[in-house]
Formats: sequence, structure tokens, C-alpha cells
Amino acid sequence: MKSLDELKALRDKAKANMTIREGTSESTRVVVGMATCGIAAGARPILSTLVREVADEKLEGVVVGQTGCIGICMYEPVVEVFAPGKPKVTYVKMTPEKAVDVVRRHLKGGQVIAEYTIGAEA
Amino acid sequence: MIRSHVLVCAGTGCTSSGSEKVAAAFEAEINKAGLADEVRVVKTGCFGLCAVGPIAVVYPDGTLYANVTQEDCAEIVSEHLLKGRPVTRLVYDETVQGDTVTSLEETGFYKKQVRIALANCGIIDPEDISEYIAMDGYQALGKVLTEMTPGEVIDVIKASGLRGRGGAGFPTGLKWSFAAAQPPGKKYVACNADEGDPGAFMDRSVLEGDPHVLIEAMAIAGYAIGADQGVVYVRAEYPIAVKRLQIAVDQAREQGLLGDNILGTGFSFDMELRLGAGAFVCGEETALLTSIEGNRGEPRPRPPFPAVKGLFGKPTVLNNVETYANIPPIILKGAEWFSSIGTEKSKGTKVFALGGKVNNVGLVEVPMGITLREIVEEIGGGIPNGKKFKAAQTGGPSGGCIPSSLMDIKIDYDNLMEIGSMMGSGGLIVMDEDNCMVDMSRFFLEFTEEESCGKCTPCRIGTKRLFEILTKITEGKGTMEDLDKMEALCYYIKDNSLCGLGQTAPNPVLSMYRYFKDEYIAHVRDKKCPSGVCKDLLSFTIIAEKCIGCTLCKRVCPVGCISGNVKEAHVIDQDKCIKCGACVEKCKPKAIIKA
Repeated sequence: MKSLDELKALRDKAKANMTIREGTSESTRVVVGMATCGIAAGARPILSTLVREVADEKLEGVVVGQTGCIGICMYEPVVEVFAPGKPKVTYVKMTPEKAVDVVRRHLKGGQVIAEYTIGAEA
Repeated sequence: MIRSHVLVCAGTGCTSSGSEKVAAAFEAEINKAGLADEVRVVKTGCFGLCAVGPIAVVYPDGTLYANVTQEDCAEIVSEHLLKGRPVTRLVYDETVQGDTVTSLEETGFYKKQVRIALANCGIIDPEDISEYIAMDGYQALGKVLTEMTPGEVIDVIKASGLRGRGGAGFPTGLKWSFAAAQPPGKKYVACNADEGDPGAFMDRSVLEGDPHVLIEAMAIAGYAIGADQGVVYVRAEYPIAVKRLQIAVDQAREQGLLGDNILGTGFSFDMELRLGAGAFVCGEETALLTSIEGNRGEPRPRPPFPAVKGLFGKPTVLNNVETYANIPPIILKGAEWFSSIGTEKSKGTKVFALGGKVNNVGLVEVPMGITLREIVEEIGGGIPNGKKFKAAQTGGPSGGCIPSSLMDIKIDYDNLMEIGSMMGSGGLIVMDEDNCMVDMSRFFLEFTEEESCGKCTPCRIGTKRLFEILTKITEGKGTMEDLDKMEALCYYIKDNSLCGLGQTAPNPVLSMYRYFKDEYIAHVRDKKCPSGVCKDLLSFTIIAEKCIGCTLCKRVCPVGCISGNVKEAHVIDQDKCIKCGACVEKCKPKAIIKA
């Protein structure tokens, strides 16, 4: 590399691969329920959609992870969003399309998508 | 799309407990589960928690698995990576609270640590330069080359208050300014990676876990003093460190971060590795430079100091690995940030290799000014088997001990000096009530006597005589005059030796004699070893009234010195007894006493 700008560009590119290891108490955690019931209901494509979209949108301070059974099997696949200092949001009966929406409108735009939440279903 | 990283420690500690096989097993299981596109296995440097290795951490959760075996990998993959359920059975105990797993930062071991020198260790893959760059690697070099003059770089290091982490604590910025003040011409930047203190391994861990930080810091030093050549003197006994550092140097060259015209600024710097054969004296700066030159590693008198006349007679800055590891963060975050950590005269953090009688054996980085009590009881998790803390040795064979009465003093360069110990390179060996201080001081003297290069008489012959006196005392043949002679000889060696090895060799004896005089006197006058370590002063006897005649002791005795019939009291033949203690361990009614 020939200049500091090139180094900075390389850093920004490389950083994207490291965000997975950066989880802190400050980050927003997005977890997908992935016990047997969740996986059977199609949680895996949702997890990969979330991971891909968060990376594509270059969202900082967002950690996508898995969790076990959330306990509401009839609403699977379930995605929960824990943002520091805010109430937990539970999205139910998720699809990859809905997951894209959650990343763009909620995680990026800051708007909870009420119609996908458990409140709208129940 | 990668969604999870499994970090497996590939430092020397975990490697020796089998982490390479664990990493391979993880990869195989991940492939088997069809997760190869989602989960990446990364081999990192040391996490510090060597006592419970091999260690693996699963991100993004940050779950730490301890004592992982090859057989455990399948369960972790199928439960945690596939279904998102941490395998609590294998998770590091301290992070498990009921059903939930808390973050690593909350554990006693990590809570009080502040990681600057070890910031990237256990986080990045040391064999991949892009991971170092992702953590702002080489940005400090870019900053000094494009925004700062060499004088400004030295001013920042001076203002930060950084002192040499190799032992004596000389101000780093001042050292650099001496070399910079020499007339332009060939100059060198050298690194002391000849970590020789028994038990200290922080430099190795930096080299293994974050080798690029050293390259970046040495290039910065080169810019500051006007040198274009760096040399790292590293022990050949550190094969993993040597391999990773060489990979890092090659990658940096490939990326144009070493070599001619770095980042288009016109600054050129390159470096090479020199392997040392492991002589303790080669950690002394003049001996180290002599060894790099291809000569026998012997010290020479100072002045001239290396900053004036160093490697091949040219001005040379020589710092140790941990010192260099602090340079890039200081440049990026500023002198004020660094000097806000620590005590008045000792800034920043210090890495300690925690060893001996302590639960969490490993590597810890703590702010200067922390107390020994915090290190041993909170970070170290206390003494095993409910034993009592007796003392801690800092600075290895060149340092001294801190007795329990001084557990609450703030640890920094000057306080340690005042109580007759020293920071040294950061070995911290914890001793409990079962350690005999006379025996310990003899142990350290045995080391320095063996490692004395022999060039000057006070060290060569002095340490030998001192070792003989200590041996005599541990054998119960010492006299009160020997104690006086011992003390006088200590001061003589300190005052008259040529280099740091001899000048500090008597420190363990002096400080242990200062704080545990009664133990020395007990050995000499009462012919007793209060801790029951010195074999010649021990005797094992069976209390006839307590003996039930089970014959267990008789059967376990390796020299057959116990006699007696079944259901009758047994007797130990004192002339034949080798004092191994095997009988004591077997005796159920505790009828055998060691005294």
C-alpha cells in the first residue's frame, strides 16, 4: 500500500469482519430463537438474512446472535431485539422478508414495526 | 455469511494442553454440521487464563469455554452453534450464574484488568495482518509519519510517563531523546525479547498474540530517532513466537508497511530477527547487543550507554516487548489518556505473569497502583486448598518478596524499590505457608549462580559462595556467623558486579532475610525448617498410641524403612528414611508427624 488513505480504506473493510467480536453492554442485541422448534419453523434463513443485512447496512453496535427456546413455539420463528435502555421487542412468525424490514426500519431507522410484534398477533 | 467466530487460544500455554487439536476438531465438527459458511474458527493469542486451558470463546455471545477437549467440540457445535444454547457444563465456572452465562468482563479474573499492551491478545488472529489493521493497527505509524515531527513523537512519549517494562523502569521518552540527539548516521532500534525470568511470559504472549504491534512500535521508534533498521533479539525457546513474528514481518513487508518509502512518506524502515540461545545474561542490554553482533554474550561497563554507542558501535534504542506494545496506543489516544492511568510516577499498566500458589495462574494486565491483595485475592482467585498467603516474589531472581504485612501497598516502580523488591519484567510468584523462604532464596541463587556469565569476579565467585552458604543453612549446618557473612556478601556482590545480573542477584536473599529473619534463625539455631521443606531438617515419627497397625505406611515406603506387625505400632528407621513424605499421605489415623 502506498498511502495512509489506502491503509484507512483497508481498515474500514477489515473492520466489518471483526464486529462479531465486539459485543459490549452498549450494543443492541438481536437474537433468533433457535431451538429445535425454531429451526423447524425456519429460523436459520432468518438468522442468515439478519447477519447479511446488518453487514450490508454497515450498522455499528448491533450484534446478531442465537438463543434457545423462547417458549412461544406457536409464534416461531421468533426474533427479539434488546436495545440498551429500551423495552424488549419481540417479533413473531418471522420470514426473511420481514427480517430485512426489521433491519432497515427498526435497527437502522429506529422505528419498531408494530404489526410484526407479538402484541399484534395476540 | 459468517455470523459467528469461535476463537481458540493458540498461545504456548493452551497449545501445550492440546488447543491445536481442539481447533481442528471444531473445524471438522462445523463442517459436518454444514456451518462452514456461517461459523469461522480463529486461532488467537493468549487470553491470560492459562490455568483452565485450552480455552475457546464463541462470539458474538462472548461465551468462554474452559478446559475444552476434542470430544467436547461436537457438543458445543451441535448445541451452541446450531441451536444457540451454551453448554453450561463446559462454560468457565465464574461466568455461570444459575441458568445464565454472564460476560467475561464481569468475572473476578477480568474485572480489575485494564488491557493496553494485551489489548489484541485473544481477540485477533496474529497470523492475519488485516485483523490487526481492523483494530486500528498501523494507524499510529501513519499518524506519526504524516502529522508529527520526530521531536513531537518523543515529546508525546515523554509526556505519557511511560517507563521501561523490562525491569529497571527507565523513562522511555528520555531514552529515545538520547539516541535522537546523536548526530545523524546509522542508528538502530532494537527489541529485547529475551525474556529470561523464570515464570514471566508476557513478552512471549505479545509476540504470539499481537506481533504486529511490535513492528509498528519499532518503526515509530525508528522514525523518532532517525533509524532505518530494527533488530528483534528473541529466544529460540519461543518457537511459536518466532514463527508468528516472522510471518508478521513478511506480511508487513508485503503490504509496504516495512521497507522503502512507507505509506509514500519517504520514511524507510526494515527489521530482522536474531535468535538467542537462552542465556539469562543476554537479557542485560550490553550483553544482548554483543550477542547480536555475533560475539559471546557478555556485558560491558556503561557508560557509554547503548543510546550513544550501541549495536555495532552505533546509537541504539533498546526497549523490551511490553514497552513497545504501549507505544501505538499512546500515539493514537494521547499522552494525557495514558498518564491518567496509574500512580504519580508510574503511569499506565503492567502485565504480570501470575504463578505459584494461586488459583488463577495466568497473565494479567493491571493499572499501576493496584494492591497485591487485589491481584492475589480478586484476580488470582486466592490461594488453593485454603492455605495462608505468605509472600509474593516480584521481579524473579532479580527481585524480592512482598510479605503479607505489605499486601496493601500500591504496586508501582518506586514503592517496590522502597520495600526491597522490584518490578522486574513482571513475574509474580505467590508463596503460601508451605514455602520455606530459605529454600526459595537458595532456589533463586542457584539460578543466578548458574546463569552468571563469569566475566566479573564478584558475580562469578560471589554468587557461588552465597549459594554455598544458603545450602549449608538448609542442611542445618549453618552458624549465626554465616548469617552475618551472608548479608555482607550480598551487599558486596550488589556493589561490585559489572552488570545488572550480579547487581540484583542477591535481592531475593536480602529481602527474604529482611522479612523472614526468624525462619533463617530457626534453620541455624534450632535446626528446624518451620515450613517443613528442607529435608535435612525434617524427621518423620510415628506416634505409637495413634498407630492402628494397618501396615499402609510400610507398604508405601519406597526404601522399606518402616517396620512393625499388623495391628501393632510401627516404627520408622531414621537412618534409612529419605523423607519423601509418602507415609504421611497414606496414614489414615494421622499417626505420623513431620517436624
